[in-house]
Amino acid sequence: MKKNLLSIQRAFATAIMRPLTPGERMKAKWVNGKSTRQVATEFIKPNNRLTSFERLEIYNRQYWFRLLGCFYDDFPGLLALLGEKRFHAMAVAYLTKYPSHSYTLRDLGDRLEKFLAHEPRWTARYPGLARDIVRLEWAHIVAFDGESLPPLEIDDLLGSDPATLRLTPQPCITFLACDYPVDDFLLRVRRRVEPSGEASNAMNERSKRKKASKPRLPAPEKIWLAVHRSDNAVYYKRLEPEAYLICSALKKGLTLQAACERALRRKKADEPFSAKLQAWFAQWASFGWFYRAE
Amino acid sequence: MPANRFNNFTNYGIGIGLRVPHYGHILSRKPTVDWFEIISENFMVDGGRPLKVLDSILDQYRVVQHGVAIYFGSSDGLNRTHLAKLKRLVKRTNTPWVSDHLCWGSVDGSYSHDLLPLPYTFEAARHVAQRIREARDYLEVPILVENVSSYAEFHASEMTEWEFLSEVVERADAGILLDVNNIYVSSQNHNFNPYDYLDHIPHGRVGQIHIAGHSKFEKYILDTHDHPVLDPVWKMYAHAIGLIGPTATLLEWDDRIPSFDEVHAEALKAGRFCTDLVRQPAAV
Repeated sequence: MKKNLLSIQRAFATAIMRPLTPGERMKAKWVNGKSTRQVATEFIKPNNRLTSFERLEIYNRQYWFRLLGCFYDDFPGLLALLGEKRFHAMAVAYLTKYPSHSYTLRDLGDRLEKFLAHEPRWTARYPGLARDIVRLEWAHIVAFDGESLPPLEIDDLLGSDPATLRLTPQPCITFLACDYPVDDFLLRVRRRVEPSGEASNAMNERSKRKKASKPRLPAPEKIWLAVHRSDNAVYYKRLEPEAYLICSALKKGLTLQAACERALRRKKADEPFSAKLQAWFAQWASFGWFYRAE
Repeated sequence: MPANRFNNFTNYGIGIGLRVPHYGHILSRKPTVDWFEIISENFMVDGGRPLKVLDSILDQYRVVQHGVAIYFGSSDGLNRTHLAKLKRLVKRTNTPWVSDHLCWGSVDGSYSHDLLPLPYTFEAARHVAQRIREARDYLEVPILVENVSSYAEFHASEMTEWEFLSEVVERADAGILLDVNNIYVSSQNHNFNPYDYLDHIPHGRVGQIHIAGHSKFEKYILDTHDHPVLDPVWKMYAHAIGLIGPTATLLEWDDRIPSFDEVHAEALKAGRFCTDLVRQPAAV
């Protein structure tokens, strides 16, 4: 029976999105145990040089080379932590469980933190460090091209009632509480690698990556970060824990007063807090971190 | 023919693809270039450096949008989020036309990020044409569809690729972005005469041409965009503009990208074919 457009596309997608063999070839067995050669022959024409299987295999290989290449570019820190072999296996497992659901490759890793939480075997030796690295690497992607709205100036706050005022952090900013100093780690890693390029749909030959020695892993240390963008460059800014509490509370939609009260509860009794608070907000305003939610 | 309703009655000349390694050179040296083609999806973001660079380019140059992810041929419905972002970018760039590929790339919500070949059936042609019309109605700008290079053919096909392309653009009343290199690559992979392709498409619908380099393997050719344009493709290009007339032409170079000057010099070779055509129309 002649296949219609949808059934052809489903069969084609099934073939190309299945992981390659360790030798980077298309799998011999189809999902139902049938021969992939037989399935390919049913809908792909052979020619005088290539079988149906081989023609389909070109797309299967290109699919994985392209997506893995992008994944390697997006998560150099996790790659450095896990090493190439484990990272590669983890990436294939992730992309098999969560195929891209977006028109843009930029979103490829948006479910990686969730995946690793559900499948901790991939990061068994360093679950906390891996989680922190992934969260920072995703925050970096968001900061790079996320939305930034017209910021509030410090003067805009004059006369506002802190009990009702809601300052909303820019969508491109992420606040993170980490158990490891992953900012330093990632900066070291990023200095050693360069991304391979940008999105286009030209066919790739298999990515060739230089092997780098494993960087020194950080010892546990609590840090609080704002991952933000200033003058179109991404920065990792360390925050004091109280500052983090305020910013993350504002991100959750609390009023300015409620957010500051959370931080007040944590501060040391003898700490001169109001001057500090003033200095923080002046600095954050100068960075353009907040806009007024309507 | 060069300026027609499919390219919004423009005559843009020879352009090159805007690529990251050249940003510094372009913004600091401001070289003379007829126009730049951008990959739409690289700039369909909410903020940051990509848009900053784009705005600086727009201050100086004409920009045309070329997409890689509408996937007119996908069985899924058009992605409305994608289209909304694309339209926002269209307003920003003032592109005279938008192009994307005659292919599919997603099914049941999963994206391949590849330009996958369609079966050349009447069912597919109707489906693709309907989606092109929908996209054009929403974007309010002419759409050109580009022929892709391919490595597989389907038993289900009922016509040749050029018949399919013609069927689609006639049904959709759309233009063609004729990728001469893709025709060559596919002709080698599928054993057809590339000149039959060039001769049998509706020439009046061609609004733009792409040229590029490719890589030969033992049993097939890959569209890698990592080399200068090869001689057989230049010959086809000369034949194409003989049929179509001098048409906005864009050199694609996406991998192992050399210096800006090298890419630009390669692109400008296309201009000589157009100039020769104007001087000696009978000789082509």
